[in-house]
Amino acid sequence: MAPTLAVFKLASCDGCQLTLLDCEDELLALTGVVEIAHFLEATSAVAPGPYDLSLVEGSVTTAEDAERIRAIRAASRHLVTIGACATAGGIQALRNFADVDEYRRVVYAHPEYVETLATSTPVSAHVDVDFELRGCPIDRRQLIEVITAFLAGRKPDIPDHSVCFECKRRGTVCVTVAHGTPCLGPVTHAGCGALCPAYHRGCFGCFGPSGSVNLPALIPLLRRDGLDEDDVERFLHTFNAAAFEKFEKELET
Amino acid sequence: MTHRGSRLLHVGSLSRVEGEGALRLHVHDGTVTEARLEIYEPPRFFEAFLRGRSHTEPPDITARVCGICPVAYQMSACAAIEDACGVTVDPVIGDLRRLLYCGEWIESQALHIYLLHAPDFLGRASAIELARTHRAEVERGLRLKKAGNSLMELLGGRAVHPVNVRLGGFHRVPTRDELRPVAEELKRALDDAWDTVRWVAGFEFPDARVEADLLALAEPDTYAIESGTPTVLRADGTTDTFPVRDFTERVAETHVPHSTALHSRLDGRLHLTGSLARFAISGARLSPVAVQASVAAGLGDPRDGAVCRNPFRSILVRAVETVYAVAEALRIIETYTPPARPYTEVPPVAALGHGATEAPRGVLYHRYELDADGIVTSALLVPPTAQNQGAIEDDLRRLAQRAIGEGDPDDSELTALCERAIRNHDPCISCSTHFLDLTVVRT
Repeated sequence: MAPTLAVFKLASCDGCQLTLLDCEDELLALTGVVEIAHFLEATSAVAPGPYDLSLVEGSVTTAEDAERIRAIRAASRHLVTIGACATAGGIQALRNFADVDEYRRVVYAHPEYVETLATSTPVSAHVDVDFELRGCPIDRRQLIEVITAFLAGRKPDIPDHSVCFECKRRGTVCVTVAHGTPCLGPVTHAGCGALCPAYHRGCFGCFGPSGSVNLPALIPLLRRDGLDEDDVERFLHTFNAAAFEKFEKELET
Repeated sequence: MTHRGSRLLHVGSLSRVEGEGALRLHVHDGTVTEARLEIYEPPRFFEAFLRGRSHTEPPDITARVCGICPVAYQMSACAAIEDACGVTVDPVIGDLRRLLYCGEWIESQALHIYLLHAPDFLGRASAIELARTHRAEVERGLRLKKAGNSLMELLGGRAVHPVNVRLGGFHRVPTRDELRPVAEELKRALDDAWDTVRWVAGFEFPDARVEADLLALAEPDTYAIESGTPTVLRADGTTDTFPVRDFTERVAETHVPHSTALHSRLDGRLHLTGSLARFAISGARLSPVAVQASVAAGLGDPRDGAVCRNPFRSILVRAVETVYAVAEALRIIETYTPPARPYTEVPPVAALGHGATEAPRGVLYHRYELDADGIVTSALLVPPTAQNQGAIEDDLRRLAQRAIGEGDPDDSELTALCERAIRNHDPCISCSTHFLDLTVVRT
């Protein structure tokens, strides 16, 4: 009996589950060893749980999804969240710092038709999670590693050091040191392969905070390289805003 | 013998971008009285939180609306903000943008053809199941999709939410040598794209016809992708064009109950945007190889006025567009010389800007208002899915009515037909139509 794999979506863009379909070289091999029991983007055949491994994309933004994630948890032996929405609330967590009723009035002519919670929260705020895979979007190679690890009953080999480590390994010249480009690499979780600096761009934090964040050391560098206070705040408030918030609060104290 | 005179079918699950909604079909005494797509994708409020952001940020932020077509969002955002700031980019940058966009077209169309749409024609639940009997075809589809992704990864850094796009161009432009391996992959992909045309040409297509007006961007001498003038081909055969800045005057969005997507109308009538609309409006400007593909697909020669209004046959048009995009990418790579600078500076101006490009699923319009510091004070995004919703509902109603008139389909047959009808139009909605939660009310 092959282990069963399920993929679920909450509030998100579908990019992380698409990453699974972007594993073109491994997809058919994977479907040879697991049974895809629930994956709406890929198949209309749906089998009931329990599932051996469930991958969840997206954040919790509605009362209905808060219930749905509990049902998914109950039906899953292992639950792994994939992507910044599911692990940190995503870009839609910007509502957490604003008045969601005002947001509703700005976007919708009839705000009364639209049901939503005041916050966008990660899956781990609602249920126990066995592993969180970071990234906006997640990295394809890391996704394969996580699935492989769970199938083999071992811990995924996903380091939580910063992007700088990957940058050095890639042999990229530091964009901050050499060009004065503002870069969140020193405080951002590795996993993308240090993509942005290889394209002459500063890291913008799409994998969220690394295991050792030192904002007091980084912010003066960002200011030196031309960002004003509002720019710094915007820099930290994108796809993992709610996760960086904790470290910003420490700054204030 | 069941009496199926009156019933209510409810298919739970379809948004602004791919996602969650439901289908509701109400039949009374053999007449379809209601065919409705209820959209309940959780609202994410992009237009609200874009306010207060720097004018440099919307390309990255709006990409996150859609994981299947992030480049479309990046390109429409750049077009609108550059329009506000009065900046025109170097033609070579324009070519590179088109090249990146071709990558997304190849990836997205191959995804739809092979993983979302073809299983319907072959009676399978998925491409995975299809691979048991048609492994070579599914492998070909994955290979074709991968060629599109390779192009996006080279130019953009990654296939989902590329990092290399910025206002005015790119952070870094490729060298000719860097493009060589991807050109080799694209040459193989051209064979795969042709084989795709021949494969789908052999499918069986039910008769159907969309009566909606068609809307696509058009350019004088090329198949419009990253720019163009909005052009309407009406159901009565007349055409009309309007400037991008008039988009919201012509395409009005209304908010209907139980929906987090806004419905739109073109001059008060239903309209459809996407592959069928592009082929009808710009088909005559396809390259010779794509015209050959069109003839081979059985669509006829668009230069002689061939138009396809059958949504089941949209898979043929997508296959032709894939041939076009692969050949176009090869042409751009062939003639490419790196620009002097990877980007043009885009200093902020207090102004309103409009931009529209052809996402794989149709016209994607962005509008931004900036203040003198370049802070966004208002933002509006009109995605193709919201525009197509009304036409999809109309299509559903007709198909269901005809099926009821011609035979006596049971609930599961009727539901399957409705799901197919939705998948004909839109890969984003198609993934969510699989949440089948069927409620039948018999009166």
